[in-house]
Amino acid sequence: MEYLIRFSQSHETFRLPEIQALAIVVGVDMQILHYDLESPFCVVQLPSEDAAKALVQRSILAQSIHEHWGTGDTLDEVHAEVKRKTSQWWPKYKETSFKFSLDAFNGSRSNKQRLALINSFGYLPFDGEIKMVNPEEDFTIFEQWEFQAVPRKLPNPMKVHFGRFIAQSSRDIIQTFDLKKRGYISTTSMDSELALITANIALAAPGKIFYDPFAGTGSFPVACAQWGALGFGSDIDGRSVRGDGEHKSMKGNFEQYGLKSLLGDCFVCDLTNSPVRKARILDGIICDPPYGVREGLKVLGARDPVNQPWVVEKSRVMWNLPEYVPPKKPYSFVAMLDDILQFATDTLVDNGRLSFWMPTANDENQEIGVPQHPCMEIVVVCTQVFNKWSRRLITYRRLPDSEVDQQAVLDWQSREQTSEGITADELNPFRRHYFNGFRTQEAVGSAIDTAPK
Amino acid sequence: MKVLSLNFLTCAVKACKSTSNSYPLHPKDAELVEDDLELNSELLLNIMPRIDWPALSTTATELGFPSLPAQPPTKEELEADAKMLQDLHHLLMETQMMEGKLVCGNCGHEYAVREGIANFLLPAHLV
Repeated sequence: MEYLIRFSQSHETFRLPEIQALAIVVGVDMQILHYDLESPFCVVQLPSEDAAKALVQRSILAQSIHEHWGTGDTLDEVHAEVKRKTSQWWPKYKETSFKFSLDAFNGSRSNKQRLALINSFGYLPFDGEIKMVNPEEDFTIFEQWEFQAVPRKLPNPMKVHFGRFIAQSSRDIIQTFDLKKRGYISTTSMDSELALITANIALAAPGKIFYDPFAGTGSFPVACAQWGALGFGSDIDGRSVRGDGEHKSMKGNFEQYGLKSLLGDCFVCDLTNSPVRKARILDGIICDPPYGVREGLKVLGARDPVNQPWVVEKSRVMWNLPEYVPPKKPYSFVAMLDDILQFATDTLVDNGRLSFWMPTANDENQEIGVPQHPCMEIVVVCTQVFNKWSRRLITYRRLPDSEVDQQAVLDWQSREQTSEGITADELNPFRRHYFNGFRTQEAVGSAIDTAPK
Repeated sequence: MKVLSLNFLTCAVKACKSTSNSYPLHPKDAELVEDDLELNSELLLNIMPRIDWPALSTTATELGFPSLPAQPPTKEELEADAKMLQDLHHLLMETQMMEGKLVCGNCGHEYAVREGIANFLLPAHLV
């Protein structure tokens, strides 16, 4: 059976990965028959109407799913296809109440034209009551117009689809989880739409355990809990985990959304010295590690133990006092990404997913490659583009040990670690490029030379 | 901090990770509270194979719970026994350690638990 998915025309590169992940979550065999990044309409093959409902039920980037009745470059082609392919379905809707709607993407139609379009389907033998509110069946004419069709005064859309409405997605809950209405957030909280999409792509689902090692105020654990998983979170910054009392805390956020029973735990720790047991206990890990731009990229340890030995000495004496705060040092961004991959290798169950966000410059010469690990297979890379930089959501799958190349693991363990330097700029190429405005090193040098002294 | 989490966490000191003495961490001066949470049997059945049963027995005894059977229940036993499921739910999910210390049996380091949140940050000399 063919179904038409009406996507939102935003975060385009995330749309297919999300719907494909949901097909895995609900265990539905889905084939993409027609998809285009420029279009919000996607035609898929699914086994049944129930499968279609289940598939879009928790999608964020899909808006709705429809039984596909016809597609064409012109309205006449659509009519021809509807008459040719769907006449055996018509008797089912002879008595039911119904309505027709028009969804013109990138275009607009006057009421007169709209009525003419709808009346052109007059050959369908529907005798039921026409109800504009809560009809039993909802038939939609979808038009896809070229970019800026209205100011360009184009006469006709480039594509027309026709379908019968089946189900709505979860797109509305973006509003419920909106950061503006959340009790406890910080400067780097992930926006609700992307957090929910990330949890979908990582296959969060009831009965599963998810963990975010850079939880902050808990946007990701909350999103995982919304999809039924038990959400754990930790952060190196104890202040963000504890929050500001009852409601202004990660726990308060879970309570705000009625998800208290799906809060695993929150604790304070550093990923490079993690207390999580080396055992395959997690179903998924999702995180947005600090890039060192808005949030410092730091790990435990004295910054310069050779020249400042007293820092270490002090810790020996004071570690057990409640007011003692362990020293932290800047850390290499690339090394941190490798640490996340190794941590995921150690703790994810077979086929468990790791999804993390990482930034990169758009300029080819300053681009940071996608990190790799022999035990983690890249499932998909989605990109959100800003002006001079982008952030990518990279999703990996933990390969079962039987599929892992053991020689590659040995090579990975003995690889050269290139994390030389002490200051944040030396350790973090993305941070350096960001604060240099993504200019080349020469351009930065000459700008410094010509600057007034 | 849930008893479930205690089963997933160990000493953060790298040298302790490879020794068996470091796991599970031993609660000291623990103040417990009981939450009232909805039973999530799907979750419990799913995570049972990932629970380290001997470690859970140790933790349960140290927190003053009656001792657990020597062998973990199988999935079928759990599905058939509503009371056992409820007891496990109570121990793993509803029992929270709010205040106290978690002590590593290998290096003796103490991790503080305050307001239900454990602090695993290591001082500079242990990193």
